[in-house]
Amino acid sequence: MSMRLEQGGRLIDRDAPLDFTFDTNPMRGLRGDTLASALLANGQMLVNRSYKYHRPRGILASGPEEPNALVGLGQGARFEPDQRATTTELFDGLSAMSQNAWPTLGFDMMAVNGWFSGMMPAGFYYKTFTWPQSFWKHVYEPVIREAAASGLPPKEADADRYEHFYAFVDVLIVGGGIAGLQAALEAGRSGARVLLLEQTPHWGGRAPVDGVEIGGKPADAWIGETLATLEAMDNVTLRNRCMGVGVYDHGFALGYERLADHTPGDGQPRHRLWKIRTGRIVTATGAIERPLSFAGNDVPGVMLASAVRDYVVNYGVAPGRRTVVVTNNDDAYRTALALIDAGLEVPVIIDPRERNDGPLARECMRRGVQVETGAAVMKVKGSKRVEGVMLCRANGTGGAGAVLDCDSVAMSGGWSPVVHLWSHCGGKLLWSDEHAHFYPDDARAPTGADGAAFVSTAGAASGCMASGDVLRDAARKGGAAVGAEPGEVPQANDIEEVPMQPVWVMPTKALPELRSKMFLDFQNDVKVSDVQLAAQEGYESVELTKRYTTLGMANDQGKLSNINGLAILAQSLGEEIPQVGTTTFRPPYQPISFGSIAGEARGDIFQPLRRTPMHDWHEANGAYMEPVGHWRRPYCYPKAGESHADAVAREVTATRTSLGLLDASTLGKILVKGPDAGRFLDMLYTNKMSTLKPGRCRYGLMCNENGFLMDDGVVARIDEETFLCHTTSGGADHIHGWMEDWLQCEWWDWKVYTANLTEQYGQIAVVGPNARKVLEKLGGLDVSKEALPFMAWSEGELAGIPVRVFRISFSGELSYEIAVPAGQARALWDKILAAGGKFGVTPYGTEALHVMRAEKGFIMIGDETDGTVIPQDLGLDWAISKKKDDYLGKRAQERAHMVRPDRWKLVGLETLDGSVLPDGIYALGEGMNANGQRVTIGRVTSTYHSPTLGRGIAMGLVEHGPDRMGEVLKFGKTDGGTIEARIVSPVFYDPEGEKQDV
Amino acid sequence: MSDAARVTAVASGAPAAQVDCLPIQGMITLRGQPTEVAEAIRAATGCGLPEQRGIVFEGERGVAWMSPDEWLLLMPQEMVSECLATLAGELSSSHHLAVEVSDARAMFRISGTGAREALARVCPVDLSPATFAAGEIRRTRLAQVPAAFWIGADGAFRLVCFRSVARYAQDVLENAASGAPVGFFPEG
Repeated sequence: MSMRLEQGGRLIDRDAPLDFTFDTNPMRGLRGDTLASALLANGQMLVNRSYKYHRPRGILASGPEEPNALVGLGQGARFEPDQRATTTELFDGLSAMSQNAWPTLGFDMMAVNGWFSGMMPAGFYYKTFTWPQSFWKHVYEPVIREAAASGLPPKEADADRYEHFYAFVDVLIVGGGIAGLQAALEAGRSGARVLLLEQTPHWGGRAPVDGVEIGGKPADAWIGETLATLEAMDNVTLRNRCMGVGVYDHGFALGYERLADHTPGDGQPRHRLWKIRTGRIVTATGAIERPLSFAGNDVPGVMLASAVRDYVVNYGVAPGRRTVVVTNNDDAYRTALALIDAGLEVPVIIDPRERNDGPLARECMRRGVQVETGAAVMKVKGSKRVEGVMLCRANGTGGAGAVLDCDSVAMSGGWSPVVHLWSHCGGKLLWSDEHAHFYPDDARAPTGADGAAFVSTAGAASGCMASGDVLRDAARKGGAAVGAEPGEVPQANDIEEVPMQPVWVMPTKALPELRSKMFLDFQNDVKVSDVQLAAQEGYESVELTKRYTTLGMANDQGKLSNINGLAILAQSLGEEIPQVGTTTFRPPYQPISFGSIAGEARGDIFQPLRRTPMHDWHEANGAYMEPVGHWRRPYCYPKAGESHADAVAREVTATRTSLGLLDASTLGKILVKGPDAGRFLDMLYTNKMSTLKPGRCRYGLMCNENGFLMDDGVVARIDEETFLCHTTSGGADHIHGWMEDWLQCEWWDWKVYTANLTEQYGQIAVVGPNARKVLEKLGGLDVSKEALPFMAWSEGELAGIPVRVFRISFSGELSYEIAVPAGQARALWDKILAAGGKFGVTPYGTEALHVMRAEKGFIMIGDETDGTVIPQDLGLDWAISKKKDDYLGKRAQERAHMVRPDRWKLVGLETLDGSVLPDGIYALGEGMNANGQRVTIGRVTSTYHSPTLGRGIAMGLVEHGPDRMGEVLKFGKTDGGTIEARIVSPVFYDPEGEKQDV
Repeated sequence: MSDAARVTAVASGAPAAQVDCLPIQGMITLRGQPTEVAEAIRAATGCGLPEQRGIVFEGERGVAWMSPDEWLLLMPQEMVSECLATLAGELSSSHHLAVEVSDARAMFRISGTGAREALARVCPVDLSPATFAAGEIRRTRLAQVPAAFWIGADGAFRLVCFRSVARYAQDVLENAASGAPVGFFPEG
């Protein structure tokens, strides 16, 4: 049973007890504890059930590599699943729930999966749940999800604040161990801006735990002095609780700061995502200890040797009273010494190496520990906790050996440098036979835009395993990051270590029964036997083996399992480890919260909302708004008790019979000016704009280089050199960019400037037979037919407000579109409303606008066009100049496919029964096509109920459409039925255009 | 700002930065070749041509560099017509474009010790005092919308964005200003 020791614990405050709960059981820890150390202090060895077999699992590690101890943390609006107990700082009132167990952690029904584990080999899901297909979604997936469920999603909106912060520095150093501190000293001395990040609340890494002495002083003293030196440097910023999680191209890196995870609700943002631009990055990310693969290596109570040492030294907590150490290297002997120093028992150190007479082994023996060389753990006894180990010869098959009672096992399979950040942007690795690990190849570093390396590693991350080497490497890399030679580097007291010996399977010739209980990936329940089976079945690539077996695919991303797994794969394939290679390291290093990624973007500021000058009026007057790009536009203005359809009909009728008002401010307005402006617009539009007279307006079409129609609108010529181009609401920015693209990249010598004035003006459409009367009532501008005829514009004042009035119509009625400085648009809107009272002035929304333009057969970009439609398809040949040598899209429109006679072309459609055709519905032809689908000969592009005509009207694209006037087509409904409609002219209302030209 | 974020902000005390929406500012977009417009700009504003990413002031009038062939002229709004007339006169024989854009934009003042940090939360700009000082204008991104900012004569930031997103910009700025101090910039 794990427990709190009477003495020790450099990070805890024994006078500051904290209450917390685990699975609702009240427990007590101390300030400075992690949740993991506090659970161990309370004797809670069992913390989780495994993903696939629901095996009991305990805390394995002491840092972010922990695969087992994931809990649901907090409650309600502060609940979050999958939180690592080892990186969660304890606070008063913390509540944690175990995951993946049902009904309880101690008694888990799903543990039956374990009894059948022999039947769930690698690729089990791929092999088993393949048939029948109808079961995929409704049987297999729900059952598998239930059985393999991990953390539950939160149910309430997050209560916390999250934010981003953009930081620009010269050197970013990731990792605040002795390597990171030494590198920061060197870089900081140069005066460069340095940012040093440390993921834990504490500086110095594991040096104090490992008893390192630097410059003749204990590591803690050196760390304190170095921190003080760094803090005194104005150019150095230190952030603890901030993990460097990703390195990206162009010197970009992400830091994940956890400000309030341990102080929820204190007013700090919970997480801050640092978006860092830096010249150079030094990763001093240390190394991670590897587990050993022996049967039962996942039983609660088996831990990494370094973690055992951390718990004893840092937190005064031990996993047991009697710990067996099993190791292939000398470092774990330090764990034995730490346990003995804490008054605990270490009956034996099991070391598969044939002999060990190094100083650490001699010291252990001097302290009374038996060292068994050439030995191995055959298997661990116990299920919910360690009860003992069975020993065997290291190089045998695992025959029955001595049984040794113990309540905990500390294991070490050697150390792997944390090369993740180095690798994110393509840093390459070398294999060290000496340490059996991958380490960064300095000659193949990630390079920046200047071709120089922009990431380097320092200390254990470089593969340095002795403290002296760590400090020298860090000083060199920190100096190099600022182009300086390192200063004097302090000495460290390194004890000589006997070389480690790679051990990938223990014992080396273990029989299948043992291999099927040796866990490689604890989080995803992948065993030695699974990887061996994958190799046997032909998997040679480590990337494919990963996906087939799920090795390293859990949210720990294989921090403990990848090297062990690929070593097994290499062994099974009879290849060397470097030949098999690693899987790809991708950011983030650790999962980060969605909140930190979203930053400020939530609630009202989730997304920008564009408001016209009349937006507040619309909202105050009950408008039902619809999104148009980022704009919100009134769809209609329903009165109390009125349906949207009724409101639209009322608005259309009022406009056609008297006076309607539309907020058209979203319309794009681009000023084009210069001696070559006419020539430029002749290239952009399909028709000729250069012949337009100042004071006049012309409708134009814009196509892309492929000939497809992409925007339309009215162009007004302001003066000889100046045009104002109106675009669609959604097209303003794109068309402005399109113009600048051609002017800057292709026709750079043409004298043309553009300016996007969309936001400078509000635009109000005053529409209907009484439109002129209301403007005359406002006064100030001659709006008579003679002074301002159809398709003309004039400038002046209306009711004392400066305006530019365009006589253009998108409804077929007498219509004036009034551009007014945006700051005065609302005032003009109010004046028109007041003046229009006697005409029953009716504001109308986008739907009434659509109905009226459809009644007139006017096309709408995005309805009649979809990126595959050319103007000729829409019967717009009249707007395509035959006289021009060229315009954008002209050549494309001459391609064989574009001039095929059977292209679908625009027609009007009238249902025989007067009903409204469903939107997007297809016209049916005869027979089936090559794919066995019904032949179609057309589709509906716009369809509305016309209150003016009292029936459904539609526009559509139909094969040979204009040649088939009067023909009745069948349209196929989604319910299998059909609906009949007659081909008619698309102009349903006022075909002569008399009403707009009065 | 969401209720939750507001509560958190209030809990942390008074914001270290203050955001004020300013009344309409006279603005003219001028496009042309630097050699051809320099004299006209001086005549209209009293200012010389700013350097790349620079902004210069002469009393109430100023000129900001927007791109190699575009400047933003600032003046009280009642002076806009006069400035446009001056430009038109000076540039009558030069290819150029000059147009009022006062109504196209909204303008904010961000002041207080936390102003730099507030902007650094939502703008990808190096805001350290050594790098970003008075005399510089930065066209950038404010969270999800385009914006530009500079430091005014009073030492506070001025930020302009498009008019239609003024409320979004104000909400974003107030939210950013309400955060607890980060402590990154040496001089606050």
